Amino acid sequence: MSIPATRPAIEVAGLRKSYRSKAGSQVVLDGVDLVVPAGTVTALLGPNGAGKTTAVGVLSTLLRADEGTARVAGHDVAREADAVRASIGVTGQITAVDDLLSGAENLRLMADLHHLGRAAGRQRVAELLERFGLTDAADKPVATYSGGMKRKLDLAMTLVGTPSVVFLDEPTTGLDPRSRRTLWDEVRALVADGTTILLTTQYLEEADQLADSVAVLHGGRIVAEGTPAELKAVHAAGSLDDVFLALTEPPAGPETDPRTETDEETVR
Amino acid sequence: MTAITVTAPARAGGKPLADVRTMFRRNLLRAVRYPGLTLFVVVGPLVMLLLFVYIFGGAFGAGVAPGVAPGAEGRAAYLTYITPSLLVLTVVGAGQSIAISAAMDAAGGIMARFKTMAISPGSALSGQVLGTVVQSIAALVLVLGAAVAIGYRPQADAVDWLALLGVLLLLAVAISWLCVALGLNARSVETASNAPLILLLLPFLGSGFVPVETMPGPVRWFAEHQPFTPIIDTVRGLLAGGVGLDGATVAKAVVWCVLIGVAGYLWARSLYRRERRV
Ligand SMILES: Nc1ncnc2c1ncn2[C@@H]1O[C@H](COP(=O)(O)OP(=O)(O)OP(=O)(O)O)[C@@H](O)[C@H]1O
Ligand SMILES: [Mg+2]
Repeated sequence: MSIPATRPAIEVAGLRKSYRSKAGSQVVLDGVDLVVPAGTVTALLGPNGAGKTTAVGVLSTLLRADEGTARVAGHDVAREADAVRASIGVTGQITAVDDLLSGAENLRLMADLHHLGRAAGRQRVAELLERFGLTDAADKPVATYSGGMKRKLDLAMTLVGTPSVVFLDEPTTGLDPRSRRTLWDEVRALVADGTTILLTTQYLEEADQLADSVAVLHGGRIVAEGTPAELKAVHAAGSLDDVFLALTEPPAGPETDPRTETDEETVR
Repeated sequence: MTAITVTAPARAGGKPLADVRTMFRRNLLRAVRYPGLTLFVVVGPLVMLLLFVYIFGGAFGAGVAPGVAPGAEGRAAYLTYITPSLLVLTVVGAGQSIAISAAMDAAGGIMARFKTMAISPGSALSGQVLGTVVQSIAALVLVLGAAVAIGYRPQADAVDWLALLGVLLLLAVAISWLCVALGLNARSVETASNAPLILLLLPFLGSGFVPVETMPGPVRWFAEHQPFTPIIDTVRGLLAGGVGLDGATVAKAVVWCVLIGVAGYLWARSLYRRERRV
């Protein structure tokens, strides 16, 4: 598939974000630059606490950046938040379903909030239940769903409004191998329809399988970016696991300052 | 191939009423699926009704209605005195349940999901408030029904009932907005359920269960100046058919409700817009 000559679906430049608390301020994103062409999948990798969820939060209008710009689907996330929201679908790291309602009711809620109308809404709900294998459980309360079923419903809810840009924050955590593959197929189908996807994951095989491009976030910056094959070649590594380990060695990324370098040597 | 088109979709922030209606329906559905929360709202006032009337009523009656004999006559007088207070407490109890559900929404991801959607801002909270107001009315009917069942006889005429409905609706809206804010402000669902407890205490520190004239100086001063005293006096006066009710009390009650409601609304709105802290 060809990448259209329109502007990228996600453009991030110089993004900075820190969390302030009584204990002081913690810099999480320290100048992130990222471009995701429309109709492609980018996997955002990084160790726990690297700021992947924070980055998704800024791009999905949940969090405000301190500095830098971010455009999603051509709209500025800070100044045109509503236009961004109308174009995106977000599956956050925390499953976002209403436990007291049934699966079908959760999807109906999304259809109503997207103003799909009765007939179209009902059709969309049935279609998504089918696609995610939830038809049998459709009328059961979500509280009785397994973790994996909730996650699938979560994803289905994200897709009700046919978003053009989809954020998936560790979408397959807790899914069994078959469900994970079902989800991969869903992602591929979405991309085939022209949807742009930014996903974070800790399963590097997932990034290898799905991503057109991989970006590694570490120490508040993107420390490496490229296709899975390019990254493996550059780091002379057999798997993305090795690339990940090489790039994200604690306590800091490639631009380690001399002191920590010596510290590390003494430890060895 | 669908390219990214740089046009603002028509629905961005589009249909506030439809969104509020959708969120309202969600909350009604939750209340139906999980009736425990509504029952929990009713049980407190019902237990208090029985406890206060049958245990304390015989002795307290003389304190609220001079000249009444202890025993059955006192119980009847005390029932008349506290039923209005219990109605007000019922509304506050419903506030506790909205605080819990707001905190649950914020703790789970669903509120974050709503925030990333192009729905009209505030519809998530307004829907919850509307749902709670309906829940309050159901609870009020149950509590008032129980009071009537054990012998309470309101003296209100049609106009009084209408005015009463208006005051209780206003109170329910105001308390709901305040409690949504308390729920969003809480760090966990547990603290959210405790936050409105202070509101449940206020009727006791006012004209709810004994006349304020019987209280010692500083407590009495507080009782005379806190919002629940004029609110309870208004409800009590309307149920008594307007006996002993003056316009100033009603005005105070209405002003307090509006103040609580507006403050709660503004606070809730800013909490909803704020980034979620850990
Ligand atoms: N709301 C918050 N307030 C304060 N600090 C926060 C907040 N959210 C995240 N952090 C901190 O910011 C850093 C980045 O968190 P983030 O959740 O973005 O990481 P992540 O890459 O998604 O990690 P994981 O792989 O564990 O999901 C962490 O150190 C975390 O403690
Ligand atoms: Mg995360």
